[in-house]
Amino acid sequence: MLKINHIAKTFNPGTITEKKALTDCHLHLESGDFVTVIGGNGAGKSTMLNAVAGTFLVDKGSIAIDGVDVTRLPEHKRAKYLGRVFQDPMTGTAATMTIEENLALAYRRGQPRTLRWGITSKERELYREQLKTLELGLEDRMSARVGLLSGGQRQALTLLMATLQKPKLLLLDEHTAALDPKTAAKVLQLTRKLVAENNLTALMITHNMKDALQYGNRTIMMHEGKIILDIDREAKARLKVEDLLQMFEKASGAGLNNDRMLLG
Amino acid sequence: MEIMKLFNAMPGAVSQGIIWGIMAIGVYVTYRILDLADLTVDGSIATGGAVAAMLIVAGWDPALVLVIAFLVGMLAGLITGVLHTNMGIPAILAGILTQLALYSINLRIMNNKANTSISVNKYDLLISSRYVRNFTLDNPIPLLLIITVVLIIMLYWFFGTEYGCSLRATGSNANMARAQGINTNLGKVFGLMLSNGIVALSGALLTQYQGFADVSMGRGAIVIGLAAVIIGEVVFGKLFRNFAMKLVAVSLGAVIYYMVIQVVLWLGLNTNDLKMLTALVVALFLAIPHWKAKLATSQTMKKGEQADA
Repeated sequence: MLKINHIAKTFNPGTITEKKALTDCHLHLESGDFVTVIGGNGAGKSTMLNAVAGTFLVDKGSIAIDGVDVTRLPEHKRAKYLGRVFQDPMTGTAATMTIEENLALAYRRGQPRTLRWGITSKERELYREQLKTLELGLEDRMSARVGLLSGGQRQALTLLMATLQKPKLLLLDEHTAALDPKTAAKVLQLTRKLVAENNLTALMITHNMKDALQYGNRTIMMHEGKIILDIDREAKARLKVEDLLQMFEKASGAGLNNDRMLLG
Repeated sequence: MEIMKLFNAMPGAVSQGIIWGIMAIGVYVTYRILDLADLTVDGSIATGGAVAAMLIVAGWDPALVLVIAFLVGMLAGLITGVLHTNMGIPAILAGILTQLALYSINLRIMNNKANTSISVNKYDLLISSRYVRNFTLDNPIPLLLIITVVLIIMLYWFFGTEYGCSLRATGSNANMARAQGINTNLGKVFGLMLSNGIVALSGALLTQYQGFADVSMGRGAIVIGLAAVIIGEVVFGKLFRNFAMKLVAVSLGAVIYYMVIQVVLWLGLNTNDLKMLTALVVALFLAIPHWKAKLATSQTMKKGEQADA
């Protein structure tokens, strides 16, 4: 479903702020894979996701989604394959637009925007049904501006938007990191549910080691712009957080340096 | 200070206000919907005026001239848009560059003359300030109102369409828009074109209304446009929630602006000081939301301190 072939990216090359964000990143995902991504500060986790999303073009290597080479495609043209949820709850939704308008924008992901009316009444019913499944009462506030919602509500809405048109690949960039623990747990549950119901292929960055082991069928660990560990379902089931830390130290030759990492 | 003098000046202030209200609706498209401060408008309003004057002198139909002015204004917006998106120049600077270039272009359009007159005696103009106090069909106000209403209806429709919604998303959150597959650069270019088209249309109307086009007729236009947008929001913000009504508020904001100008002139303000007064008023209104937020913060802090004590 996703083939990342030996990609590399250096930001600000030749300057004092030069940063080799990705050195030789190689990853293949099967259809239905739900992969959790862990790693220290500046390991290249977000950079890898953004490379797939097309926020920037890579220096080397290639990226293919479901057999389509997207290496040179601009961000908005890749969007039809991707559902994305960001770390900052403000990033995934348009604050000055209403809940239903945001959903309508997401519903048309990958389709040309015409001069037809932006939302039809038939869609509204669909959105109402979908919002009900979030159990946040948003179905009664469909014409409220998204800016009025809490961070957790916005993240839940962004998740719904990302999966409204079934994406080939769901990219989750620490999407619960900015939420309080209770809300984070709720959003994670919703993530699991949406991924399972739609049989999605997903990449989820997390700073929570326990979540990394608990969620998905595969866990990868990144260090200095590379993937240094790839753990499959069976191995994951047997692992504890301490084992994971040990494996990391062995593979990278360094301690795991992430100031936000949650071990418990 | 005769009150009758002020009274007599009001119809003129209202017509000017409606014309500049159309211009301000153009500013609203970039400033509020796309979140871009576009200074092209100072040039494109004069471009609209210059094109209108020259075509009318050449015998074109004054109504058709409005359409041509709109299209030429879109071209000006296209230049700013390309400077901004393809060449990576910050929007505000891209606008200033286009505006500067338009000064030369506007002179070229008018055969290297600073102004061109189109007397209502010689040409069958759509509107003229001469008839502003007449209770006849010549009065410019009804036609200006019709044009404003038609424009607002068209914009209401457009920004309700799928494409219009994608432009609003671009202005609201460009990251989100791109993640939803929207070409934000193209959207910005189109928004700038639409905005400057509307601004040039108002320039063409202003030229017919005042009977001449002048190369510097757009000086400070952006500030007047912003004044109208902000006055409209401050006065009618709580009242008008609907998008179409917000545009009505912008138009009314421009009318209020010109009526206030008439009052301060009547009170004895020197016309030369007008631009400074306008700048002060806009600066003040732009500062109000900032101050309000600060005040709110300091009040909650005080409450917090009391609660702690």
